[in-house]
Amino acid sequence: MTGFELIATHLPILTVVVPLIAGFLTPIVGWIDRRLPWYWVMLAMFVVLLIAGNNLVTVINSGTIQYKLGGWDPPFGIEYVIDLLNGFVCLIIAFIAFMVSIYSKESVKKEVPGKTTPFYSVFLLLITGLMGMTITGDIFNFYVFLEISSLTAYALIAMGDRGDGVVASFNYLIMGTVAASFILLGIGYLYAVTGTLNMADMQNLLPSIYQNKVVLAALAFFMVGFSIKVGLFPLHAWLPDAYTHAPSTASALIAGLMTKVGAYAMIRFMFGVFTPDFVITTTGMTNILAWAAALAIIVGSVLAIAQSDIKRMLAYSSISQIGYILLGVGLANMIGMEGGLLHVLNHALMKCALFLVAGAIFYKTGIRNLYQFKGLGKKMPVTTTVFMIAALSMIGVPGTVGFTSKWYLALGSVDAGQWIFVFVILLSSLLNIVYFWRVFDNIWFGHPHEIEHIKKDEAPLTMLAPMVILALLCVFFGLFAYYPVHYVIEPLSVELLKLGGMP
Amino acid sequence: MMVIEINSITPLLAVLVSMVASVMILAFGKYPNIREGWTFVAAFIKFGLVISMLPLILKGNVVTYTVVEMLPNLPIAFKVDAFGILFAITSSFLWIFVTSYSIGYMRSLKEHAQTRYFFCFAIALSSAVGIAFSANLVTLFLFYELLTISTYPLVAHIETPEAISSGRKYLTYLMIAGVSLLFSIVVVYHYTGTTEFSFAGIAGMETIPQTTLVILFITFMIGCAKAAFMPLHAWLPAAMIAPTPVSALLHAVAVVKAGVFTALRVILYVFGVDLMQGSGLWLYMAYFVSITIILASIYALMQDNLKKRLAYSTVSQLSYIVLGAVLITPHGLTGGMLHIPYHAFMKITLFMCAGALIVTAKKENISEMKGIARQMPITMIAFTVGALGMIGMPPVGGYVTKWFLLLGAAELHSMILIAVLLVSAILNAAYFFPVIYVAFFKKPDHELKYKEAPLTMLVPLVLTAIVSIVIGIWPDAPGMFLDIVEIAVANVTGGGI
Repeated sequence: MTGFELIATHLPILTVVVPLIAGFLTPIVGWIDRRLPWYWVMLAMFVVLLIAGNNLVTVINSGTIQYKLGGWDPPFGIEYVIDLLNGFVCLIIAFIAFMVSIYSKESVKKEVPGKTTPFYSVFLLLITGLMGMTITGDIFNFYVFLEISSLTAYALIAMGDRGDGVVASFNYLIMGTVAASFILLGIGYLYAVTGTLNMADMQNLLPSIYQNKVVLAALAFFMVGFSIKVGLFPLHAWLPDAYTHAPSTASALIAGLMTKVGAYAMIRFMFGVFTPDFVITTTGMTNILAWAAALAIIVGSVLAIAQSDIKRMLAYSSISQIGYILLGVGLANMIGMEGGLLHVLNHALMKCALFLVAGAIFYKTGIRNLYQFKGLGKKMPVTTTVFMIAALSMIGVPGTVGFTSKWYLALGSVDAGQWIFVFVILLSSLLNIVYFWRVFDNIWFGHPHEIEHIKKDEAPLTMLAPMVILALLCVFFGLFAYYPVHYVIEPLSVELLKLGGMP
Repeated sequence: MMVIEINSITPLLAVLVSMVASVMILAFGKYPNIREGWTFVAAFIKFGLVISMLPLILKGNVVTYTVVEMLPNLPIAFKVDAFGILFAITSSFLWIFVTSYSIGYMRSLKEHAQTRYFFCFAIALSSAVGIAFSANLVTLFLFYELLTISTYPLVAHIETPEAISSGRKYLTYLMIAGVSLLFSIVVVYHYTGTTEFSFAGIAGMETIPQTTLVILFITFMIGCAKAAFMPLHAWLPAAMIAPTPVSALLHAVAVVKAGVFTALRVILYVFGVDLMQGSGLWLYMAYFVSITIILASIYALMQDNLKKRLAYSTVSQLSYIVLGAVLITPHGLTGGMLHIPYHAFMKITLFMCAGALIVTAKKENISEMKGIARQMPITMIAFTVGALGMIGMPPVGGYVTKWFLLLGAAELHSMILIAVLLVSAILNAAYFFPVIYVAFFKKPDHELKYKEAPLTMLVPLVLTAIVSIVIGIWPDAPGMFLDIVEIAVANVTGGGI
């Protein structure tokens, strides 16, 4: 048996273990040399990316991977299950985290001076938490990782803007704890009525006791809990402050990933713990979700128009975009589900790119007010071009990723006979134009005689490279959306709606 | 007639060539002569590529190319048919003239941000040809949006608050149109499972319930706001704040014709001739555009700014094209489609003359142009040629299309539509003759010396004026527009004229 074969069987768990161990070793690495942690994080993230990629390929080729932790058989032991859904989400997490880790070098040095080592340590633990939440097949283990990711996120946010960062973090802490309590209560209820913590097992046991009020309460608690975690309107109040005041690197990471994983958890619980016909027909939960999401789409966009701080604007835009994902799920038909799932990928790419751009601009100029961006197109041409591509994606211009998910969502809404959602989606793309075009106008136009003398002064290469890669991917997956859709999204939607999350 | 599909990469190359040029323009932004050199090279290559497909099209074939399968069953693909190549030839041919004219105009006025200007112009041309060659609604939508975005910096070019607010207005109208178009495409796809154009209309459109069909038609037509139907025309006069070459090529040819082209594609290749007739939609649309034809002409009468007057004239003339298409008779269709290149040549001449007046005489308003013909005789003669064409006086091209339109209306025994066409001809005369009269016969306030615009501007506008006459004297020259249009009409009606 070669060394690789030895590792190969343990690849699923390694996505969690690698960042965990790397996280705990970071202080030692940082103690050796203060410049090392950046390389260390990048290395760790790259390894995780390879493993996550390998996992997804394995799942596509040979079906779901089940991994018994410590060799204990489920439902007694903890089981890690990688199917298309979490294989896909894991790869997104790993990729975005890798991009952000490359980007972080200069940004962290400037924004959290003297605390780079703890920052990176927490960074890795956050990834551990997110990976764990995604990959686990055990409902209580899920909760443990949820807490890990939340606590680390509080810490990262608190390292941001002096004063404001701490307040934002504290707000998030309160709301996050309320959410976690709801989820924990839900888990407790389900454990009480089924006697198991394994998701697949629970899904088998639950249908016979669906009329039980405790099960209904558990579902309601989960939905409320996760709605807070993803920042679904009107439970979004913590989100804008947290995104705005966190360090740029953390904003990109949290905005790109935290809400996606929350959305993943929501999908997993609805279709992988409960069954599709229960959440769709019996309780009508998906319908409620779709309407809440539609509201979030509109309100998020409208509030984004009112912002002048670029990061805050992007935060409100996230509230609206998370609505896209949940609307797709809430439509509960094949095409809508495809749109929602595709938007998980698309939004991660676009929003991460946008936050990275905001960070790069802040790094170079110290400006976050978008009305002071005049002449920036000349000063930072690459950065602003990335911004333009990502923003056009958000608007949903064809040829970019935003279009593909918008297309599916609109088509899914028509299929569901919900014409009002079609109008919501289309109206929201108009609103997106409004708030992004203000930035375009400021970047590209301005008084020529003021701009004429601005010299080119780009962000460092470590910042530019990940932004450019993300922007290129926005276009690539806009034109070649066939591949993710064909290999992952389509079979996944079939699996979720017909068979449930865990075959 | 058997239509053979020939697979060739030429359509993609024809679209991409100006995209590549736009990159080169950006790269050579510091060297104006090389930068403009790239524009010229791209313009010639583009026209060459487009024209190279013409022999195949004249034989009744179509050229197809699938670029990429964007989503399952949703490819980005090109299909060049007679109607598509008609629009592509028009816009790529005129790009050559306007490039020369732009150089003269922008340098004479020492405009800022010329690199951005030429960059956006090249992208806009790519989009226009992309629209012409699109094989399905989604591809068309892609280029339709690209055209909107790439022309915005051209409209807001001078960056004054007024220009930016005009740009916003432009964007608002066209983006709402884009959203409406997307909505319509989604609905078509929902009912038929495809968005690919077909000569007989998309199969399955007839299964759509009547009410939905009417709403769909309306949203499609809102989507074609680039065609400036009233009441969705306000962006066009506002966009006149752009530099004149932009008004000339984009707002008289590429952008507005893209709107009209899309409208015709939707009417003939999505709904199809039979469905338009069966549902009775054609008649409502005919009356609707008739209102635009008359009202816009009246608006034009009231403008003193020459470019604005031309803009309203464009609004009115665009509706001729749609009117021709919804008449559904072969003659009406011929008149409508033929008006795309014919109007383009005549209107671009008029706009280039207006630009020459701005550059040389610094005059934008008609009331200031007393006796201007003494200073710029060649320009004003070219202007007269264009104006006569608009009115429909032989030998300038305009009478040909008007003849076909009148024939089409007569075939339907529609006195109202015949009256509309005749009244509009009178109105055209009413708003163009004063300009000619003021320029040639009014005494100037002070002595004017002969001084024409630079040659880079003068030559293109003289050439387009000559072309306008040629296509009027000899419309049925082999391989010319009438030949192409006859094939296109035969395609959609399923037979010859």
